Amino acid sequence: MADNDKKVAVWICRGCDVGESIDVEALETLATGDCEADSCQSHACLCGDEGVELIKTGIQDGDNALVIAGCSPRFNTDTFTFDGCLTERVNLREHVVWSHPANDEDTQMLAEDYLRMGIVRAKKAEVPEPFEAEIDKTILIVGGGQTGITAALEAARAGYQIVLVEKESQLGGRLNGFSKLFPKKPPYREPQPVDLDSRIQQIEQDDRITVYTGATIEKITGQPGQFDVSVQTNGSTTQFRAGAIIQATGWKPYDVSKLGHLGAECQNVVTNVQMEEMIASGKITRPSDGKPARRIAFVQCAGSRDKDHLPYCSGVCCRVTLKQAMLARGLDDQTQAFVLYKDIRTPGQYEDFYLAAQEDPEIFFTKGEVVSVKETSGGDLSVEMEDTLIDKHISVEADLVVLATGMVPQAADGEAVRLYQDAQATIAKGEAGAQLKMAEETVEKLKDHEGTAILNLGYRQGPDMPVLKYSFPDSHFICFPYETRRTGIYAAGCVRAPNDTDACAEDAAGAAMKAIQSVELASRGATVHPRWEDQSYPDFALQRCTQCKRCTEECPFGTLDEDEKGTPQLNVTRCRRCGICLGACPERIVSFKDYSVPIVSAMIKAIDVPDEFEEKPRLLGLLCENDAYPALDIAGLKRIQHSAWIRFIPVRCLGAVNVVWIADALSKGFDGVLLVGCKSGDDYQCHFVRGSELMGTRGDNIREKLTALALEEERVRVEQLDITEFRRLPEIINEFAQEIEDIGMNPFKGF
Amino acid sequence: MSGNGKILVIGGGISGMTAAIEASEAGCDVVLVEKNPYLGGRVAQMNQYFPKLCPPSCGLEINLRRIRTSPSIRCLTTAEVEKIAGGPGSYQVTVRQQPRGVNNKCTACGACVEACPVERPNQYNLGMDTTKAIYLPFEMAYPVQFAIDGEACTGSECGKCVEACPYQAIDLEMKAETIEIEVQAVIWATGWEPYDASQIDGLGFGTYPNVINNLMMERLASLDGPTAGKIQRPGDEKEITSVAFVQCAGSRDENYQKHCSGVCCMGSLKQTRYVRDQYPDAEIHVFYIDIRSPGRLEDFYAAVQEDEKVHFIKGKAAKITEESPGGDLLVEAEDTLSGRRITQKVNLVVLATGLVPTDAAISIEGGELQRDEHGFLTADQPMAGLLGAGCAKRPVDVAACVRDATGAALKALQNCVK
Repeated sequence: MADNDKKVAVWICRGCDVGESIDVEALETLATGDCEADSCQSHACLCGDEGVELIKTGIQDGDNALVIAGCSPRFNTDTFTFDGCLTERVNLREHVVWSHPANDEDTQMLAEDYLRMGIVRAKKAEVPEPFEAEIDKTILIVGGGQTGITAALEAARAGYQIVLVEKESQLGGRLNGFSKLFPKKPPYREPQPVDLDSRIQQIEQDDRITVYTGATIEKITGQPGQFDVSVQTNGSTTQFRAGAIIQATGWKPYDVSKLGHLGAECQNVVTNVQMEEMIASGKITRPSDGKPARRIAFVQCAGSRDKDHLPYCSGVCCRVTLKQAMLARGLDDQTQAFVLYKDIRTPGQYEDFYLAAQEDPEIFFTKGEVVSVKETSGGDLSVEMEDTLIDKHISVEADLVVLATGMVPQAADGEAVRLYQDAQATIAKGEAGAQLKMAEETVEKLKDHEGTAILNLGYRQGPDMPVLKYSFPDSHFICFPYETRRTGIYAAGCVRAPNDTDACAEDAAGAAMKAIQSVELASRGATVHPRWEDQSYPDFALQRCTQCKRCTEECPFGTLDEDEKGTPQLNVTRCRRCGICLGACPERIVSFKDYSVPIVSAMIKAIDVPDEFEEKPRLLGLLCENDAYPALDIAGLKRIQHSAWIRFIPVRCLGAVNVVWIADALSKGFDGVLLVGCKSGDDYQCHFVRGSELMGTRGDNIREKLTALALEEERVRVEQLDITEFRRLPEIINEFAQEIEDIGMNPFKGF
Repeated sequence: MSGNGKILVIGGGISGMTAAIEASEAGCDVVLVEKNPYLGGRVAQMNQYFPKLCPPSCGLEINLRRIRTSPSIRCLTTAEVEKIAGGPGSYQVTVRQQPRGVNNKCTACGACVEACPVERPNQYNLGMDTTKAIYLPFEMAYPVQFAIDGEACTGSECGKCVEACPYQAIDLEMKAETIEIEVQAVIWATGWEPYDASQIDGLGFGTYPNVINNLMMERLASLDGPTAGKIQRPGDEKEITSVAFVQCAGSRDENYQKHCSGVCCMGSLKQTRYVRDQYPDAEIHVFYIDIRSPGRLEDFYAAVQEDEKVHFIKGKAAKITEESPGGDLLVEAEDTLSGRRITQKVNLVVLATGLVPTDAAISIEGGELQRDEHGFLTADQPMAGLLGAGCAKRPVDVAACVRDATGAALKALQNCVK
């Protein structure tokens, strides 16, 4: 829709104090006068039935771009949504009349500026049109253990085609080694059988599920809805297309050879995994002499909750030990079990399981720190403990020691693998000097990552998911645990976090749901969480691209690949529409239909900047729409006042701010620019992972611009805020306004 | 989706909202029934999440936006499910919606509040302050509409709010309504209640004003709470120099609740940070049986252990007495590591009470819901398409609720496939 096809209708609501606090007639005159809107009407209560009917009548008469000035867009969202019509909401209520004195010249100027900005945006923005692409809805599941099997069955039951790839020759993963599981049903007191065979049978009988065993992923290229997958089985390659991927590659036990102090080299010291095998065989004997083991010491947290090994808790080892102690007692009632622990962790109903174990008089629990395990004579062992409930130091004699080792994710660090591969490529290219040295150092540092890739994604940012602390490819989100950094690819089960089989099954179903959702949304030309249903997408004006690669590097979701020259290649269904690429591009070539550099620049230009003699400073505020904007709404709802010098523009993310806007504002005579985004760092709250962090690093660029303009650095301020800080935000604004007043007016005013 | 269907989600807390949103975004119609006048449940009352110490309203805002913009979610607040009839593939559900007293013409302008002469205890802040009988549950509440507390309001005899409202949004004669819905699956996301600590002998909850529970601590620390985020003693509004966290208050105890609620350890560890943020020198005593911080949450425990003024005492607090009425408290426990009986004087005691699964009384034709002895829903329910999610199934943290609810949405969807 071009500008001249637009029929812009402005609607001003006089309700909720607006009519009594500002001169609405003046706004109406402004709208159809200077702002050249096609029509403008005000109404006493626009959200009421009568108001909405009026708007609809206007649409029938040809209005196709609406400016609705009244309450915040967070209110009456559905009331003011009209199909096919571009709607721009001007927040006169929370951001103007509820947070500024009534019938005041500055409040009026504020309202007029917001109206100008809204009308300009309505003129410039366009209704996004969804991309059209052929979307394959097959779900690829990598890993055929508890999580992979569950995900396959659950997604198939919802009617989807599944391909399940397992690297071993049979399905089942770690479940194959288990004799029994800890209880999942009331009364939660006894171990229960492993339910594997029947489920494998269901998979074999389900014609929606294709299984490849003894198979690995050779390559995955493409994007959600269009992944081209090559699977290798016994030297032959099979190719197919899939829409979404679940990574259920599970775990491996912690490398016990690193636990020398716990007697790892002693013959009669075994891991809980080996113990599981012994129990399954029906006989618990000492590896050294084959004699029955009757005094069994279980050392909990062996290499776990230990800063020198695995600092985290694997969460299941306590219950595994309880189960193994019970099963060992069941095999031979002369057995005594000693559980040596720091904390027994049996959450929820599993407390009943712990109670059942405690009721057995031959299972002993001792709290303390195990400091060493040593062989005494004839294969017998002595476990030394400190800080116990009984004494400062005790020894526990045992003929078998079971080390309750933790779980390590079977994942590859996609970003590290990429760095390693890039460095190798640099060396191969025959680079010399500092570049060669750096590449050689990288190769040396990251050599352990060679050949670790699992998914083998053809993504510029690396062949696997990015990992978090301790190598889990998790999203680290509490609220949105499936919000991964690779759209359409979901890690589930023990690869994502140490889990029990129940939690793995729940996680598998959750990941299957997200996989289904991602293909369904892609088929409608829309993105997934958190801009769910957004049909806008970035358009790259590549003829102006200088191949600086900032967009491909900075995209948190690995959306962009590069051709040989370094030109970005968009994979639209990987995109989350955050706009960070738009913020990154120094050439300003990235645009969304409803969010672009020209649109925001035009909004900034629409603001009336009084000359310096009027002594009315003007500040531009760029607010994260997810957190800072609602916080300012709540401040308004609470009638907390803020300086009338500032004009706010909501942005998709602070990372979606192009620094040219700041330059535009300062060269237009704005006295300062305030940027407010979410918290960054390890415990980041940014909804796009690192948007607010990127704004911080782009600060250098901003400072350069300020220096070039011979302006003070203090004129641009970046603040981090969380959504609950509705009292702090007005304080920040007021302090900034004061500071700018102290610095004085921008000398560029009027130029 | 291969077949669009319709599902019912009971409970609008984090699990219910998640199940509703996830199912709707995959193409399913959803009816979400919540008994409070707002969505968000317990999560809306939390100050921060562990381990990131970030505000729950941040994620809640995103979820509410997803609900606001979704044409396929129908939200019924102040509503409860009364009856479910039918069977797999087609359940007939009877929902009873209580009068809100305020219709959807409400703009949340607040004119009614000034006019209302009646105060009521604010349940959102667990009775630690009051609101008017007509109130906005909290600033970020959805729907953004006021509600009238039918018990506190004196009705049309007063009628001052009706006069004050410029938008004819208040209807004091509003009646309860019965709504019939047909769905293919039902998700129970009925959540939890804090264990009533006044039932625990010897801990003084409900008697001593300075003995509070962990949920009250969340409200005290919240910027939108009764003290605007200042942690102080409810008894005399004094600042604190010492606090005790009593773990397993009424939990892992045959006399009260047998189960472990799984989240209270992390809850208290998190709350030690609230105290530390406001009181750099306060002495913090944590009485525990086992500290349970599974997975990477262990990092958070390790970080708290580095705080020299946080003292961990392995032993269950047996008795709490008041030194003087409304004053300091004496916590008695046996330190099982040293064998010593200790008495610790503190300004404030926080009882880490557990989660009790909400017992929603719903009559189901064709079989009762299966619960374990703790009251949690078991995996096997009498008919296909009746599903539990989140804390209705077992006591878990928010991340686990979200995962489970997402999975439950898929299982509900399976019942819609034709």
